Amino acid sequence: MTTTIGLEIHVQLATQTKMFCGCSTAFGDEPNTHVCPVCLGLPGALPTLNAQAVRLATRIATALGCTVHEVSEFSRKNYFYPDLPKSYQITQFDRPIATGGSLPIVTERGARSVRLTRAHIEEDAGKSMHAADITLGGETLVDFNRCGMPLIEIVTEPDMQSGDEAYEFLRNLRRLVRWLGVSSGDMEKGAMRCDVNVSVSPDPAKRGTKVEIKNLNSFRSVKRAIDYEEQRQAQCLTDCTPIMTETRHFDEVQGTTTSMRSKEASNDYRYFPEPDLPLLQLDPTELESVRTQMPELPWEVQSRFERDLGLSPYDAALLTEERSTAEFFQQTIALYDNPKKVASYMGTEVARLLNERGKTLTETQLTPVALAGLLTMVEDNAISNTASKDVLPLLVDTGTTPMEAVRSLGLEQVSDTSALEGFAREVIAENTTQVDQFRNGKEAVLAFLVGQLMKKSKGKANPKLAGDTLRRLLK
Amino acid sequence: MSSELPRTLKQYRHAVRAHELSAEEYLDETRQLIERGDPQVKAFLHLRLDAARSDAQAADPSSPLAGAPIAVKDNIMMAGERCTCGSRILEHYVAPYSATAVRSLLAAGAVVPGKTNLDEFAMGSSTENSAFFPTHNPTDLTRVPGGSSGGSTAAVAAGFALGAIGSDTGGSVRQPAAFCGVVGFKPTYGLVSRYGLVAFGSSLDCIGPIARSVRDAAIMMNVMAAHDPKDATSVKRPHVDFEAALQPTLAGKRVGIIRELQGLDVQPEIAAAMETARKAAVKSGASIVDVRVPHILSALPAYYIIAPAECSANLGRFDGVRYGLHVDGRDMTETYSRTRNAGFGTEVKRRILIGAFVLSAGYYDAYYKKASSVRQLITDELDAALQSADVLLTPTTPTTAFRLGAVTDALEMYKADVFTIPANLAGVPAISFPAGKDAAGLPIGLQLMGPRWSDAELLSSANVFFTALGGES
Ligand SMILES: [Zn+2]
Repeated sequence: MTTTIGLEIHVQLATQTKMFCGCSTAFGDEPNTHVCPVCLGLPGALPTLNAQAVRLATRIATALGCTVHEVSEFSRKNYFYPDLPKSYQITQFDRPIATGGSLPIVTERGARSVRLTRAHIEEDAGKSMHAADITLGGETLVDFNRCGMPLIEIVTEPDMQSGDEAYEFLRNLRRLVRWLGVSSGDMEKGAMRCDVNVSVSPDPAKRGTKVEIKNLNSFRSVKRAIDYEEQRQAQCLTDCTPIMTETRHFDEVQGTTTSMRSKEASNDYRYFPEPDLPLLQLDPTELESVRTQMPELPWEVQSRFERDLGLSPYDAALLTEERSTAEFFQQTIALYDNPKKVASYMGTEVARLLNERGKTLTETQLTPVALAGLLTMVEDNAISNTASKDVLPLLVDTGTTPMEAVRSLGLEQVSDTSALEGFAREVIAENTTQVDQFRNGKEAVLAFLVGQLMKKSKGKANPKLAGDTLRRLLK
Repeated sequence: MSSELPRTLKQYRHAVRAHELSAEEYLDETRQLIERGDPQVKAFLHLRLDAARSDAQAADPSSPLAGAPIAVKDNIMMAGERCTCGSRILEHYVAPYSATAVRSLLAAGAVVPGKTNLDEFAMGSSTENSAFFPTHNPTDLTRVPGGSSGGSTAAVAAGFALGAIGSDTGGSVRQPAAFCGVVGFKPTYGLVSRYGLVAFGSSLDCIGPIARSVRDAAIMMNVMAAHDPKDATSVKRPHVDFEAALQPTLAGKRVGIIRELQGLDVQPEIAAAMETARKAAVKSGASIVDVRVPHILSALPAYYIIAPAECSANLGRFDGVRYGLHVDGRDMTETYSRTRNAGFGTEVKRRILIGAFVLSAGYYDAYYKKASSVRQLITDELDAALQSADVLLTPTTPTTAFRLGAVTDALEMYKADVFTIPANLAGVPAISFPAGKDAAGLPIGLQLMGPRWSDAELLSSANVFFTALGGES
């Protein structure tokens, strides 16, 4: 059995205002508070294109290696639904802003590239809330705050073969859109939505019947829905029951898909060019500057970290999940040139503190200068590794310098020879048995004596210097 | 006093500025004319004469329109006023905002006495498709005023307003202007903002002035022609003073006569008016040139595919969900169909059905796409013709105003748009000006078309024809 999977992903572009009007894109406000004659489709109102949405779309399409077209066209997609106030959605049909392109993924089958069919920009519809969601006796309410939100729809070729691959694709796409500041990629807030096409065929050379799955609210749902659908279609093939070309609905609770409507009864959307908007013409020099100003992409940074800095794939992935993290890391190693040490410290100590605080790196006071300073102090034996773990929370929460923090916590290591000699003489005087053993050649006893010295210094003694001092005095 | 009342916007403005007349006085006179005449003419769907009077009192005499009454077609939004589009489906709809053109007029000191009647959603050529009542031609009350801006042209002709605005999708300003004996101007597409005009055929719709003289139309254009960031099809152009651009002669101008339109069946008096106009042009220093627009007769069928296609999408929003008429059904689909069935009249339904058909899968290429290619072809041909001529002279209509109820066949009605439609398809400016009367005393209108963005020059040429044929300069 061969499974073939294609995805259609809607990504909400991170603009301040909607696609065709000046209303705010803020999420979670009172229903119908971000509306105007344009996004409500009131008679006489006309759309005007949000230039920032176009810039963001151009950015993501360029990063995906698409051919970005200098001229593209808006179309009207006509259908009746209460959450669609104009009775048509402004989208792109015949001439999308971008075609082609690909996104790399790493799966069990190794590193691969998923080809893209196209990417086009469009407006979102409102949000219907049916009787099931609200206790209003069969009423449907509509919130138009979401109506007119700017979206880019990215359509893949049927290049994936498992739920894991689809999951990996989405994960990497989300990393990219966040990396570029194109979208929050937040599926819970509807900033990224995905429809899936799955077909299972007994013959790898032939494509099976295409089934579309909707209502996928998380990456995990996408994977679960595909896994279920793969199994269901395989069972149909085994049982010789026909697989229908249809749209199926994913049930989060049951983990199953159920038939929504057959394709035969699907709408004829009567697309035609949107007369209210001129052709979308992109300035070639602006397109060129998008290309030349494109930052290094997350997977490029990730492989550079592995290749040039010798990081583990795990560390490299972790450090490139967010662009700000990768930048923080790079700024830190510019000041403290031990990439593995920094990576491991960020992956363990820093990550733990962020987790506890429920914050991202940029939301804290920690700076690359501070982290590099802290690690340098450990390396120079100015403080112990253990002590550094007490210093870090201060750097994260208050933004103080490592020196300040160490001083305020009284954690400076004692490296002053005379102070150490004082402690050493006391230890030698109080532990005559062990001193004799050492003098008779039992090297291992030194560790015990150093431990005693550390105790006397309340842990502040530099352990290496403490050992050296004892050794010198015992000669 | 009423015998001395100014007949044009120009005269009115002069009288007000010379303190011979105040805006309130003029409005009171207008009110009397309306109260006396409109029960027969029925130009207005709603009047706002009390509000207009306070607006007139507040009007600045030095403003461009100085408190002059300007009527507004009822498919153009004016905040706080009803905007019915002549349809049951919007019978009680109150505009929540003003169209940009209305805002411009108000800012320039216009006073709006009322909203004028129209064919439902501007679909028609007689104002008989209004869901409420037909408007009558002030020259002969048994005849139609033309349409769809028949209320606006009748109001201007009857003295209920010094000017009016209408919308022109296939001739809806020019054709009723011809029938009512007034000037109707359709500007270059993109010159006047469409924001707040209820869309019929978005790629064709233009707001244009209706006036008693070409100069008055130019005065109104000075107020309305401006780039509007709210309309993406509105175009930024250098400022033009349309009134100042009016020239006294046609010296050096080439007046083109379109050969393909010569064979068309036109009322003899209109053909004679064309001849008179030609002679007047020559006398004024113009030369007459023969031009060809080979596919111009395909404009009509192309238009009756493109306009309905766009209308089918534009009118989808009237679904009874958020505003307007709502008729309950058992489910969503039935509610939609009951609402729209009760809310729309026959002509609107016909065009929505044609539009949905020509856009549907399997027919799109044969109809909509083909029509769009024909449109491009005609546009190119017209542009070429307007290289060899500065203006093109045609009749506005094949006949003068017909009797109410006389034309019942939709196709017959469509055919009468043959002269006006090409300008909408090509987006070029076109103007209808009065050019005498027929044997029954009914006004005849002739049309001039010009190159895109030559609006000022076109108005200037039209003004020469208009005054040479007896019009007020
Ligand atoms: Zn809005």
